[in-house]
Amino acid sequence: MEVKMEKITKIFPSRDKKDKAEVVAVNDFSFEVPDGSLVCLLGPSGCGKSTLLYMICGLETPTSGRINFGEQDVTDLPAEKRGVGLVFQNYALYPHLTVRQNIKFPLENLKGEERPTKEEMDKRALEAAKLVQIDGLMDRKPGQMSGGQQQRVAIARALVKMPKVLLMDEPLSNLDARLRLQTREEIRRIQRETGITTIFVTHDQEEAMSISDMIVVMKDGVLHQTGKPQEVYDNPVNLFVAKFLGTPAINVFEGKVKNENLYIGEEAVLEVKGVEDKDVWVGIRPEGFDPDENGRFTCKMQGIDVMGRDISVVCRNMASKEVIRAIVSAENDVKASSMEVKFNIKPHKTFLFDKTTEERIRF
Amino acid sequence: MSSGKQLSGVGHTATTIRGWLYLLPALLFLAAFMIYPLIDVLIYSIEEGYNSASQTSFGIGLYNYRYVLRDPYFLKAVKNTFILVIITVPISTGLSLLVALGLNSIKKLKNMFQTIFFLPYVTNTLAVGLVFMILFRKTEYSDGLVNMILSLFGMTPIDFIDGPYWAKMMVLCIYVIWIVMPFKILILTSALASVPDVYYQAAKIDGTPSWRVFTKITLPMIAPMIVYLIITGFIGAFKAYSDAVAIFGVNLNVADMNTIVGYVYDMLYGDGGGYPSYASAAAIILFVIVLTITVINLVVSSQATDIT
Repeated sequence: MEVKMEKITKIFPSRDKKDKAEVVAVNDFSFEVPDGSLVCLLGPSGCGKSTLLYMICGLETPTSGRINFGEQDVTDLPAEKRGVGLVFQNYALYPHLTVRQNIKFPLENLKGEERPTKEEMDKRALEAAKLVQIDGLMDRKPGQMSGGQQQRVAIARALVKMPKVLLMDEPLSNLDARLRLQTREEIRRIQRETGITTIFVTHDQEEAMSISDMIVVMKDGVLHQTGKPQEVYDNPVNLFVAKFLGTPAINVFEGKVKNENLYIGEEAVLEVKGVEDKDVWVGIRPEGFDPDENGRFTCKMQGIDVMGRDISVVCRNMASKEVIRAIVSAENDVKASSMEVKFNIKPHKTFLFDKTTEERIRF
Repeated sequence: MSSGKQLSGVGHTATTIRGWLYLLPALLFLAAFMIYPLIDVLIYSIEEGYNSASQTSFGIGLYNYRYVLRDPYFLKAVKNTFILVIITVPISTGLSLLVALGLNSIKKLKNMFQTIFFLPYVTNTLAVGLVFMILFRKTEYSDGLVNMILSLFGMTPIDFIDGPYWAKMMVLCIYVIWIVMPFKILILTSALASVPDVYYQAAKIDGTPSWRVFTKITLPMIAPMIVYLIITGFIGAFKAYSDAVAIFGVNLNVADMNTIVGYVYDMLYGDGGGYPSYASAAAIILFVIVLTITVINLVVSSQATDIT
């Protein structure tokens, strides 16, 4: 089931009595989630991604705009008629019910012809539990389970009624680092096995990049960029997207374009064809540095972090307020004892952005 | 604490002594004002014909209990108390739950209504009793407000304060329910407000009918508070006395409206007072009744609200 959002805007009235300013949580948002894909809504906290998710599932109604599931307009449909499953950030499992009762709960709400028989309910609950691999814990209460197990129960409960769309609100944020890695693989596997269109909200770009077919980067309620994770990473449309994706983060310098040459400080580091002379932001991915004794870009050496296969060269340059991280192969002969380090810059890992609008300047 | 060993050493002498020292002030007060009087009452209750002035008694035995249990006034008081408990506890808890649910579902004026519903709690019970008396009383000059309303429906006026037993009992029950509801509403409103919204959102997405939301989510979530209210409600109703006095005056035996605590009071200080042994025996009987009911309550409710 594809999910189509057309010009969605959500305005919350002011909660503060003194400050009457309304809060625009989502602003003119249009996007189409393809059938059977896993899409991530990605953005810093407060960017409106959860509000958007709540509008898709029907807990919030958009101030303007339409939401379609396939051919059906669901904008005015109440949540229970939309056929969505939602996994809450803190799971929202009923603490007084066992795992089995929790998973069966949505089925027991069904009425008339839709309502399965008791045996059928048990069968489907068990199937859902098997899918998330908690079928051995059916008689536990949520309080007796770990966070990861509760998470799986929450997913099983959302899946048991065969939703058209599965929605997840920061489903991994309450798990520890190890479990998070494991569970995100699990979510990917479950999504592939069921083929259910899944929309996933997160502020963790690594999480989003690793499991989604498509990511939607948002900020302040506005859609900034959509695309396959690698495409967005390789081709950010503006400085925000470039900064938000990637660990370690992109290195940003103040730069200048003169005579189709890019200057960082006094050094001309790269030829940029077809760019007019102006001040720019220069973003260079950590993997965009090539150590070279005759390199055109000089930085003050601060240290080296050894990571095994790669090393991270930590250095400084006057044009950047932040410390610079360059990830290079460990085979490079960079010495931590040297005063400075010289690089060549890889053009396809370097992005120019307008100094004021922060939009990408292509070269 | 100088070393980790002391912290972890269960039963370690220094730690144990320190622990008991911390408990000492509370224990002293409990011993002086709770345990000692209880034992004392127990002793009075088995001392035949105890005289508090001369500190003498005829002997030891169960005579006082035998007397009290055969006393028609005591049996009447027990009957009244039980009727009061059985009628008021479920009704007041149920009504309070309804009001709390209503309060929880409105947004506008919620605070104002909460205040209004809490007002009876801060009002003097005797003043409320006076109002009840005026509302229900039938005198030579006026039939009272309640009778005036009843007569609109073609019913003959009844004297609720000085009339038939059932009428008096009804007034007492309404009064007690009225008095205990504010506290219960307060507790239940906050219990309802403390149920996380996310459960209702989850239920909404799954299309849960509202009755099922109430029975399967709301009720289990606030069950511990309901249990608390029922247990304290039982205890409170068993100890009812001032309520009856507020409406019917101090001569409760004449009004046929005495309660167990009222009987104890009468035996100590009433017209037929000066019988501390009988009073003690009645008090111990009340203690045993309340203890039994509370234990039953706890056992039943711990099975019903087992969350883990």
